Amino acid sequence: MDIIVLVKQVPNTAEVKIDQKTGTLMREGVESIINPDDLHALEAGLRLREAHGGTVTAVSMGPPQAMDALREALGIGADECVLLTDRAFAGADTLATSYTLGRCIRKLGRFELVIAGHQAIDGDTAQIGPQVAEYLDVPQVIRATKLEVKGGELHAERTHEDGVEAVKCPLPALVTVTKEANKARYPHIPRLMAAFDASAPIKVWGPKDIGADEKLIGLKGSPTQVQKTFTPKFEKKTEKLAGPPAEVARTLVDRLKQRRLL
Amino acid sequence: MAVWVEKADCAGCESCVEACPLGAIHMSDGIAVIDDKCNSCGACVESCSTGAIKSDAAAAKADTSQYEDVWVVAETRHRKVRPCTLELLGAGRGLATALDQRLCALLAGKNLKGIAGEMAEGGADIVYVLEDAGLEEGRTLAYTRAIADAIREKKPAVVLLSATPFGRELAPRISRRLGVGLTADCTELGVDAATKNLLQTRPAWGGNLMATIYSPDSRPQMSTVRPGVMKALPREPGRKADVVHVKVGLRPEDARLQVLELKKELRKKVDLTEAKIIVSGGNGVGSKEGFHLLEELAGLLGAEVGGTRIAVEEGWITQDRQVGQTGQSVCPDLYIACGISGAIQHRSGMAGAKTIVAINSDPNAPIFQIADIAINADMFKVLPELINCLRPGNDREAGE
Repeated sequence: MDIIVLVKQVPNTAEVKIDQKTGTLMREGVESIINPDDLHALEAGLRLREAHGGTVTAVSMGPPQAMDALREALGIGADECVLLTDRAFAGADTLATSYTLGRCIRKLGRFELVIAGHQAIDGDTAQIGPQVAEYLDVPQVIRATKLEVKGGELHAERTHEDGVEAVKCPLPALVTVTKEANKARYPHIPRLMAAFDASAPIKVWGPKDIGADEKLIGLKGSPTQVQKTFTPKFEKKTEKLAGPPAEVARTLVDRLKQRRLL
Repeated sequence: MAVWVEKADCAGCESCVEACPLGAIHMSDGIAVIDDKCNSCGACVESCSTGAIKSDAAAAKADTSQYEDVWVVAETRHRKVRPCTLELLGAGRGLATALDQRLCALLAGKNLKGIAGEMAEGGADIVYVLEDAGLEEGRTLAYTRAIADAIREKKPAVVLLSATPFGRELAPRISRRLGVGLTADCTELGVDAATKNLLQTRPAWGGNLMATIYSPDSRPQMSTVRPGVMKALPREPGRKADVVHVKVGLRPEDARLQVLELKKELRKKVDLTEAKIIVSGGNGVGSKEGFHLLEELAGLLGAEVGGTRIAVEEGWITQDRQVGQTGQSVCPDLYIACGISGAIQHRSGMAGAKTIVAINSDPNAPIFQIADIAINADMFKVLPELINCLRPGNDREAGE
């Protein structure tokens, strides 16, 4: 079966710090990683390929340096990759992004399953999966923790507020997975090295390659706009305790008792 | 609509001159110029290899004046309106007043008898009822069809859904089908007084940055709204609304996804979300052995032990004890953060704790910004003393 995995390169948010004085985010020097949920999406794709044969194609939209994320995907086990990069793609909101990814998947042709991470750690919208599914007109299983293919159907479990729900749908379909879906493998070092070779199977496509309508991509194709960003005010009165450790410990116990926490 | 040449990007290749069916493009000083014979057909846009020819057909602006009313897409459970829906009605009332429009509830499902009244008492002026046997719980495709069709027909200005798992899987599908903007997980909604655009504010970067988003040219303006943030209106018993039944036209393909079975919640091994006190450790704890100290303290406090992503990745604690964006979101009465710097991903999972005690040797650790009690000291010196104070028989008051 032919599987497409959507991959996003994100800043390693664990390393993003806030400038204490200006209250702004300091992103400089922060490494870029594959979005954590997407590693589980890739793993899910590789396991299905191992069970049923076929191919896993990783697709990413992003700046040229997102190539690194796709090299890593090859190192982990993807068969081939497509990097969607062009100035015209920049500034896309989820609607424009889902159009771009959807066009790319159509261009790639045949697929049985599209797998994506549930959400990206930089945006947290969790909108791309359902929007790509809608663009492709396929059913979706969101927040899947388990998936298998039998008899040409996708059987999956998805988390639900009341528990876990077992669902099934015909293929082709789109699934988003959470970290509970599997344990993601690490890159295979020789494969990773090979991914840096000029002959590595990574296609670099722009709007024309996917037959995209220029007015539906990037900033132009994005109905939502950011009006402003600001840092929330923390209105906490912080009490500082200092002194010898034994004294600090005793004062802390007193304070917690005053607050009826002990 | 118009088509124009971005001079800086024009390569002078003349392909657009050939492509233009009207002969409306000529070259001037090696750059394409479009004259007034142009009817904006866009043939040249396609032909240009450098993307120098632009068209604003893009914007395909909606005539915003045709869109009226604030809609709340209701969620029900066990035939009752969910609290998050009543909160949306509360938020929607403020928007409807600011826009001088009606507040409408959209109720979709099967067997909806008696529920419309609850929406009226919660503040809806109109209740649109979309009833069909195919609208079974969890069938996103069917709900997408029914709701998107209703939106196309009635043209609301604003459509709000709750940012519940179902809302967050349904709303993007509807927005994509309609080709309109959608803002996820909003915590604040308002109306721009001048333009009447919906202003949607949402947290980004684990709540450390807020972004206000709007959709000036696309209608309806869609948001999912975080449950528990907006205030429901006081219930008005006996309040009436116009109940309007809307035709639902499901298609066979809308039943592609089938829910086979809902398994009862498998209780997580550790549920930190219910804990009253959490003793949590980060990078500063340094080792699995370091966590023994936290475990000892937790044992004395009747607390659970939690930790940061680093503590999990280093194998000091199990993943089910992770607090933060990629772990659990907790709101205990007391959160004792030991050796935790307070990366924004961690803070997003625990900033809701009622009292936060932070112990860290780095005076600039961001955790201190949100701490109620800040102890800038070595946790390995403070914790043993704290444990000492709390040990039965070592209570200071009892001992003195």
